[in-house]
Amino acid sequence: MAATAGQRQVDLREPRSWRRSKNRILTALMVLSFVLMIVPLGFVLVTVIAKGASVISASFLTSTIPVDVEPANMGGVGPAIVGTIEITALATALAVPLGVLGAVYLNEYGRNRVLSRLIGFMADVMTGVPSIIMGLFIFSIWVLHFGYSGLAGAFALGCLMLPIVIRSTDEMLRLVPDSLREGAYALGATKARVTATVVLPAAIGGIVSGALLAVARAAGETAPLLFTILTVTTVNANVFSGPNTALPLQIFSNASSPYVGAQARGWGAALTLIAIAFILMIAARVVTARYARYTR
Amino acid sequence: MSSVAPPEEAAPAGSPGALSERRPLGDRSLQVLTLAAGILVLVILVLIAVSTSQQASSWFSKEGTNIFASTWNPAANQFGALPFIYGTAITALIAIVLAVPVSVGVALLLTEVVPYRWARPIVYVIDLLAVVPSVVWGLWGILVLAPWLQGIYSSIGSGVKGVPVLGNLFGPPASGASFFTAGIILAFMITPIVTSLSREVIATVPAIDRQGAYALGATRLEMIRGVSLPHSQGGIVGAVLLGLGRAMGETIAAALVIGSSATITSHLFAPGYNMPAVIANEFGEASGVFRAALMGLGVLLFAFTIIINVAARGIVARSIRRQRGA
Repeated sequence: MAATAGQRQVDLREPRSWRRSKNRILTALMVLSFVLMIVPLGFVLVTVIAKGASVISASFLTSTIPVDVEPANMGGVGPAIVGTIEITALATALAVPLGVLGAVYLNEYGRNRVLSRLIGFMADVMTGVPSIIMGLFIFSIWVLHFGYSGLAGAFALGCLMLPIVIRSTDEMLRLVPDSLREGAYALGATKARVTATVVLPAAIGGIVSGALLAVARAAGETAPLLFTILTVTTVNANVFSGPNTALPLQIFSNASSPYVGAQARGWGAALTLIAIAFILMIAARVVTARYARYTR
Repeated sequence: MSSVAPPEEAAPAGSPGALSERRPLGDRSLQVLTLAAGILVLVILVLIAVSTSQQASSWFSKEGTNIFASTWNPAANQFGALPFIYGTAITALIAIVLAVPVSVGVALLLTEVVPYRWARPIVYVIDLLAVVPSVVWGLWGILVLAPWLQGIYSSIGSGVKGVPVLGNLFGPPASGASFFTAGIILAFMITPIVTSLSREVIATVPAIDRQGAYALGATRLEMIRGVSLPHSQGGIVGAVLLGLGRAMGETIAAALVIGSSATITSHLFAPGYNMPAVIANEFGEASGVFRAALMGLGVLLFAFTIIINVAARGIVARSIRRQRGA
C-alpha cells in the first residue's frame, strides 16, 4: 500500500493527439451533415409559410380558379381542394383494403413460401417505380378507352399507395406475437377468424398509421394525375367522369406561369398542400403513440 | 425486434391434419381473397410493362435501334432518346454525389452518436423532409433557388472560364434552371430515403463488435472505420442505389427546374432535360409517333428503375439477413 501511494497516478484519458483530433473532425462533419439536411427544409417551409400565409383566406380556399393574369387577391383554389379530397379518398378506399389483404396473405397465409417472398420483394420494388409511370400506365389502359376522370387519377394514386400499404401493414402484422395466434387456435378458431378478430385488431394502430402516411404521400403527388384527370378550373363533384383537378396540378401550372398573381396563388396552394400532408403525418404519429400496441 | 418464427406453426382448427378434413368456406375464401390481393402487385407490374410497351410500339418499330439517337426534334419527326438518358444520368449522379455523404453522415450520427431520446426528434425531422411534396420542391426551386443560384453559377463560370476540365464542367452558359439545379433539388428529395435505409443497415451491426472495438481503445472514428462501415458496406451501397432509382424517376421537381432543353453538353450549369421531365412537360400536346416516343421513354425509364430497384433491394435484404444471421 505504501509503495503504490507514492506512485504517480496513471492518466487514462487519451493524450491530445492526431487520433483525437480526427475523431473530433468526424463528429463535427456528422453534425454538419445534419445541418445541411435541415437547412433546405427550413428554407422551403419558411418561404412557403411566408409567401402562402398572405394569400390564404377563407375565400381563397373556396372560390374558383381564375385565369393566370388575375392579381393575387382574386380567386382561389376551391375546385382543386375538392378534387384532391375526392381523388385521394377514392384512392385510399381502393388501395388500403387491398393492401391490408395482401399483407395478410404475406404474413398469415403465405409465410415463408416462395410466392409470398416474391410478392413481398416485388412490393418493395414497386415502391421504387416512378410515379409518372403509374400515370402513363393508367393513361394507356383506362384513359384511352374511358376518358379523363377523377376515377382514373384515383387508380393511378392507388397503384402508388398499394405497395406502401402492403409493406407497412406486413411489418405491423409481423410484430404481433405468435402466442396470441396460438391462443386463439387453441380455442378452436379458424385461421380466418383468428386473423379478423385477433391479429388485425392487435395491429390496427400501426396499420392505420401506415395507411395515413401512404395517403400523405399520395395527396402530394402530381405526376400520376397529369395524364389521368387533366386540369380544369371548375369544380367537378362527379369523381367518376369528366376531367378534374387537384392541388398539386394547380401548383405545377402556377409555378410555370410568368404572372405574379398566379405565382402567389401557387404559394397559397403549396401551403395548403403542405398543411394537409403534415396534418396527416401528425395524425399518423398520434395514432402510433396512442393506439399501437406493438412498435418497432 | 420481431421474434424469430418457430419452425413449426401451431395447426389452426380445420387445417389438414387437424380433426376435420374440410376447412370452412369462410376460411378458404379469405385465403383466396388475400392471395388475389397479393398477386395484384405482380399483375400491375406486368400490366405496366405490357400496356406501355404496346402504346410505344410505333416508336420502337419506326426508329428501330435509332431510338438511342442523339437528335430530338418533334417538328422534324426525329425522336432520339439519348439527350434524355444523358440528362437523367447526369442529374441523378449529381444528386447522389451531393446526397450520399450527408445521408451517411446523418445515419452515423443517429446510430453511433446521439442517445435514443435525441434520435427520435431527428427522425421526425427526416420524415417531415420526406413528406414535402415534389411539386413544392419544384415551386421553391424555380421561384427561389434558381434565381439565387444563377448569380453564383455565373460568377463560378467566369472564374473557371478557359481552365481545361473545370471550364468544360462549370463554364458558361450559366442558367438558373439547369442540370445542376435539378441535381440539387433531387438531392434534397432522396436524402430521407438514403438516410433511413443506411440507418437501418448500420443499426444491425452487432453491439458486441462495437464494444469490442471501444474496449481495444479505438476512437469513435476508428470504430466506425473498422467495425460499422465494413459490416454495413453492402447495405449502404443498396441504399445508394435505391436513392439513384428515386432520383432517376422523380418527375415534377425536375420538370420545373431542369431548363427544358434537349441538349447533350458537359456544362452542368446549362439547361438540360431528363426522361421524366420531358414526359411530364410534353405528353399533353403530343400525338401519334410523338406520343409513342414519350411513352417509349416511359418504358425505358420503367426498365431502368426496375433493374436498379431489384439490385438495390436484393443487396439491402442480403446485407440485413447476413447481419441478423451472424
